[in-house]
Amino acid sequence: MALQDKDRIFTNVYGFQPWNLAAARQRGDWDNTKALMQRGQDAIIEEIKASGLRGRGGAGFPTGMKWSFMPKESKDGRPSFLVINADESEPGSCKDREIIRHDPHKLIEGALIAGYAMRARAAYIYIRGEYIREAETLFAAVQEAYDAGLIGKNASGSGYDFDVFVHRGAGAYICGEETAMIESLEGKKGQPRLKPPFPAGAGLYGCPTTVNNVESIAVAPTILRRGASWFSSFGRENNKGTKLFQISGHVNRPCVVEEEMSIPFSELIEKHCGGIRGGKDNLLAVIPGGSSVPLVPAAEIWDAPMDFDGLRALGSGLGTAAVIVMDKSTDIVRAISRLSYFYKHESCGQCTPCREGTGWMWRVMERLRTGDAEVEEIDMLFNVTKQVEGHTICALGDAAAWPIQGLIKHFRPEIERRIAENVREAAE
Amino acid sequence: MPKVKVDGIELEVPAGATVLQACELAGKEIPRFCYHERLSIAGNCRMCLVEVKPGPPKPQASCALPATEGQEIRTDSEMVKKAREGVMEFLLINHPLDCPICDQGGECDLQDQSVAYGRGASRYHEHKRAVTEKYMGPLIKTTMTRCIHCTRCVRFSEEVAGVDEIGALYRGETMQISTYLEKAAAHELSANVIDLCPVGALTSRPYAFEARPWELKKTLSIDVSDAIGSNIRLDSRGREVLRILPRVNDDVNEEWLSDRARYMVDGLTRRRLDKPWLRRDGKLVAATWAEAFEAVAKINPGSAVAVVAGDLVDCETMFAAKKLAGALGSTLLEGRQTGLAYDFSNMAAVNFNSTLAGIEDADAVLIVGSMIRDEAPLLNTRLRKAVKKGAKVFIVGPQWDPTYPATFLGDDLAVLGNLPADVSDAFGAAQKPAIIIGGAALGKGALGAGLAFAEQFNLVRDGWNGFNVVHMAAARMGGLMLGYAQKGGIADLVAAKPKMVISLGADEVDFTRFADSMIVHIGHHGDKAAHAADVILPAAAFSEKDGTYVNTEGRVQYAEKAVFAPGDAREDWTILRAMADALGVSVGFDSFEQLRAAMVAEVPALGVEGLVDYGALPAGGGKAEGLIAGYPIKDRYLTNAIARSSPTLQRCSAELLHGETFAEAAE
Repeated sequence: MALQDKDRIFTNVYGFQPWNLAAARQRGDWDNTKALMQRGQDAIIEEIKASGLRGRGGAGFPTGMKWSFMPKESKDGRPSFLVINADESEPGSCKDREIIRHDPHKLIEGALIAGYAMRARAAYIYIRGEYIREAETLFAAVQEAYDAGLIGKNASGSGYDFDVFVHRGAGAYICGEETAMIESLEGKKGQPRLKPPFPAGAGLYGCPTTVNNVESIAVAPTILRRGASWFSSFGRENNKGTKLFQISGHVNRPCVVEEEMSIPFSELIEKHCGGIRGGKDNLLAVIPGGSSVPLVPAAEIWDAPMDFDGLRALGSGLGTAAVIVMDKSTDIVRAISRLSYFYKHESCGQCTPCREGTGWMWRVMERLRTGDAEVEEIDMLFNVTKQVEGHTICALGDAAAWPIQGLIKHFRPEIERRIAENVREAAE
Repeated sequence: MPKVKVDGIELEVPAGATVLQACELAGKEIPRFCYHERLSIAGNCRMCLVEVKPGPPKPQASCALPATEGQEIRTDSEMVKKAREGVMEFLLINHPLDCPICDQGGECDLQDQSVAYGRGASRYHEHKRAVTEKYMGPLIKTTMTRCIHCTRCVRFSEEVAGVDEIGALYRGETMQISTYLEKAAAHELSANVIDLCPVGALTSRPYAFEARPWELKKTLSIDVSDAIGSNIRLDSRGREVLRILPRVNDDVNEEWLSDRARYMVDGLTRRRLDKPWLRRDGKLVAATWAEAFEAVAKINPGSAVAVVAGDLVDCETMFAAKKLAGALGSTLLEGRQTGLAYDFSNMAAVNFNSTLAGIEDADAVLIVGSMIRDEAPLLNTRLRKAVKKGAKVFIVGPQWDPTYPATFLGDDLAVLGNLPADVSDAFGAAQKPAIIIGGAALGKGALGAGLAFAEQFNLVRDGWNGFNVVHMAAARMGGLMLGYAQKGGIADLVAAKPKMVISLGADEVDFTRFADSMIVHIGHHGDKAAHAADVILPAAAFSEKDGTYVNTEGRVQYAEKAVFAPGDAREDWTILRAMADALGVSVGFDSFEQLRAAMVAEVPALGVEGLVDYGALPAGGGKAEGLIAGYPIKDRYLTNAIARSSPTLQRCSAELLHGETFAEAAE
């Protein structure tokens, strides 16, 4: 049973209607936001908790619980902040972009409600530097909301003062890591911080801060309007709700589509993407959650439910639900090698295993691509990925290690074949 | 006091301790590169990984993890061993392994830890990273290919020195540590990053390729370049001191050292007075010791003798000279060479009473006439800490950059008697208020007004004494204790028209005022006093004799002799002892031990290492007036005879203070 149109949250994800405030209001945004806020801060958090919403940025941490970590009152006069992560740079991910350029008011309204619920003074939306048009839209939408009195002093007539600031990044992938984002917002070099202290204790400018993904925030008002039970009626236990899936690669119609969680991979592909290019049998492998998660070979993915737990059971993860489909024309080693290059390029350089390890892994991957290696080096590479994984300050080290681990796990024969044949001509 | 278990050893650790500290308390060594006790925690080298339960099933950086009740920490498990080997391997893959040509070799954390915690061989066969040279000034030699990006240097510059000079550029593998636009690191503590660097990326430029650490004899000494009395170690080989390094003393210099103190070292072998000289027909000619003492005897001054002590001399030398002058019947002793004449009748009034460590706790500080960064660089790091803890700082005198927020109250000393409301409010509300009076203010007679300020704001209270004077000469406090002070300062000596003036390395004196006197200079460098001297008796520098020094907070410290004085030069006290014979008087000691015993008998405080108790603060009075036109130190690198002889400090002065450029020779 697929998601029906009446249950879609992002009703303008394809931009068939204007993004502006008037159109957004017709779609139901900003509809008596004051009443939502009047339910009270704890009630909002409880409702989100009850809905089973898990963070849409990749890690899948329960959103309501995250909000509840924020201090109920400021004991030392420090304000609280909400930071919204719109630094969507993960290869494959493109959902926040669609939300911001076609439905920005969902995000801004969500910012107000989430900020109110966690008693934040302001929200900072950190938008990816390369999203130029999207940032323009967002700036204009925030201005519209200010002009209409929806945010700012006495936001939406609720008596609560709440500001929304939009901050443009400078194009560093690592600034999508929550503490690196906070550093970057403070004007410093975007390098992740050590945890503890966690942002909820000392985040932006040393104040309690929650960092949430765009999608997590944007769905909040609709959940409150339609109720937690409506939202939790979709998906399996512990994987509730609807989700924007972004399918790219070798499908007939790549798309961004809102679907319910736990939809089988096959249904997602057949229904929305027109199937795999060249038919089901032409599928080689899928990276189901953006470049950071291990790939899953065709046989395992086909009937798998697309949700956090279902994909974890396959040794991968839902991540941001950026589904990268690769058919049999793909040079799979080269594809993963390119991802290794990406992580080498985007490592912040702060801590040792990632700074040194990403470069090493990429160089070995490049040689494996052409077969210019020894078979033992496959095991060495696997060992190196294990030496990076779990030894770093942030998760970028893990993200760099997992695709390679997935490759070696599922495609070792292919790598060995290349070494045996030593296809030097592939080196261009 | 959480209880933790480290490798099965149960122990209680202080609240707020990290897991790394807990492991150290349990006697377990934790390897580390980025962690440093006096810097903020970066947690980026990942070398200190340990296994902690409860916690995630992966190793954790112990330097950043707080120790909490009931933790089970393992430093010896397979996971920890693997993690250390892994990190070590990563650190080494892009490290050039050029230890045989690296100055850090033998005292390198990376070497030591790779032996202890690394794997035997490398599995890395790709190209190694190379980094282009960075210029960091005349003191710091860079080989950034060796850098392991621990960021200790970055954190030191930012946190301790207070200047944003060093930072990281680029990211990932290509991250580089550099000064911005490759400008020289130009602050007064810059060379400390050399000590902090755990590898050979930042080494000492003047010391490059001089020696290996295992060849060096290490002697404990006291720095004489300012009145802080920094604890130092003299590393010598044969008859030459090759480098000066700071020693740890939390009460004095923590573990830092000013650039001036560190690089004075190459002045010790240059422009030295290594034989006696006599002035004949207006020209200095070399002589023998016998001829020199004959010349001294010929002056036959009777009691018309005066002694001027220089800034670098030790207490023993001053005491020996005092005995000599006393035997001749004179008490004309003075150490304040530039003409200062403040009241010294109560030593508490010219002491740094808060102590250097104590000033960190001050919450309101008034600095009067002191450019602290030049005059006492390591006091400024303490004040910086106080400001970080919330202290308010006000400064009377011309503007300078203190590296922390401070309010300048103008150049006019009259402001002391007429404080703006916000200043008096701040001091009225302060728990630990303090005043620091510097040389420029002492010269304008502001001591009395400072004491009045202390009285007004109750600076001396239970467990706190906020009245401080900061001196600039290592010999000052010892000199004052030994009576090297006249009521009218050096003018009294001039007025007495002595027949003979004995200069104990007194290079800052205007000897034209003693035109009618014979000047006997006992010194070690051919500096200003040597030009005016009639008889030059070559003596030992601070590194060449045992000695007692008293720092500006009244702390008695002992320095040891590292090497022998060059040529015919002798230790100062032996020269003075021989002069007594030449002049036919007796000074009452024949050995250094006898001299020291006599000195301690006369001034018992000099016999006890540590802070001297000078008693209660006297009442103040009088008004301070006048403008502070400038600070006494015009060139922070060239403040004394040794520093002026040092090519390194000459170059620092030319390049960093006067903007001269130097072409770099291709290596």
